[in-house]
Amino acid sequence: MSAEGPADSSAPPPTESPKTPPRRSGAQPVEHGSAAWRRLGRALSPKLSKAQITAGLLCMLLGFAAVAQVRQVGKADFSELPQDRLVELLGRLDVQADQLIEENRELERERDRLASDQTNEAAAIEAAQKRAEVQGILAGTLPAEGPGIELTVTDPSGKLTGALAYTLVDELRNAGAEAISLGSIRITGSSYFLDPEDGQGVVVDGILADSPYVWRAIGQPSTLETALRMPGGVLAEIKAQGGSWTLQARDRLEIEAIKILPPPEYAAAVE
Amino acid sequence: MIALLGLVAGVVLGLATQMDVPPVLAPYLPIAVVAALDALAGAARALLDGLFDDRVFVVSFFSNVLVAATLVFIGDQLGVGSQLSTAVLVVLGIRIFSNAAAIRRKLFSA
Repeated sequence: MSAEGPADSSAPPPTESPKTPPRRSGAQPVEHGSAAWRRLGRALSPKLSKAQITAGLLCMLLGFAAVAQVRQVGKADFSELPQDRLVELLGRLDVQADQLIEENRELERERDRLASDQTNEAAAIEAAQKRAEVQGILAGTLPAEGPGIELTVTDPSGKLTGALAYTLVDELRNAGAEAISLGSIRITGSSYFLDPEDGQGVVVDGILADSPYVWRAIGQPSTLETALRMPGGVLAEIKAQGGSWTLQARDRLEIEAIKILPPPEYAAAVE
Repeated sequence: MIALLGLVAGVVLGLATQMDVPPVLAPYLPIAVVAALDALAGAARALLDGLFDDRVFVVSFFSNVLVAATLVFIGDQLGVGSQLSTAVLVVLGIRIFSNAAAIRRKLFSA
């Protein structure tokens, strides 16, 4: 700061406070005080001196700058922040960004995990459905279709027995038949054949079946046919009993008959 | 009187124009304002001492502002901008306080 002798109005350094005469003569503080007040009053009186105008202009400049600065602070813009504060803000943002990136990564991992779980689950459901289908066909609870044979047996004399029907089913199974039906009755592993107490026909699973017997079996047609036509086999036996038959190999055969299985009362699946 | 009127006029002008501080001046303006306040306090004290001189007031006003801004600028260049700003503010604050104390002693003898 410019130090220009005693007239330095910007105030001398605090350590060098000027010792004005009234100040030194501490005996007359009142007089000194009134002198100061007089000067103040003179300065405040509205008169257009060069000093007054100069001071007024500078004060106007100061007021203007102060107001502008206050408004600037109120706006809290980044532009007037000092460099180190900006660096600090930047560092904090970097840390925040790192945390967010890490969180993002974690969430993506979680999402991928859930998605793969879903596909696994879908695959499991598909496998289970396929298994249920296979089991259903084998257990006779689902309609089945595929290549096979259709055998129509007529027995006008009513000599065919349950035992013969059982033999026929046995032959078909041995030849690899996967689904068998007699008329509207699905033949399964638990099917049984009885001779009725009176009259003719065969009782299958409690249902009376009578001539003509329409057997359907899904499997490899040639194998099934060979098995049935075997000399001394089932068909020969039927003929010997006085029955007749027609055998047709089909590329596509449908077995609509299904077996209703009662739900197991005692057995439960092993988990 | 004219000085007070000028101060009020400046405040009103600042509020009325709604001028934005140019970004180049932004770091220096707060320090400059405080330096000008210091000059003003010094002027008031000199006035009460009967030593007021408008030429000195003008020179000290602008030199105060200039030196303060230069210090801040140098501090920014050296990477100690905020520390140096604080140092300048502390010194100016002490000067304003001592000037205010001198004014008080002259007006109230206490």
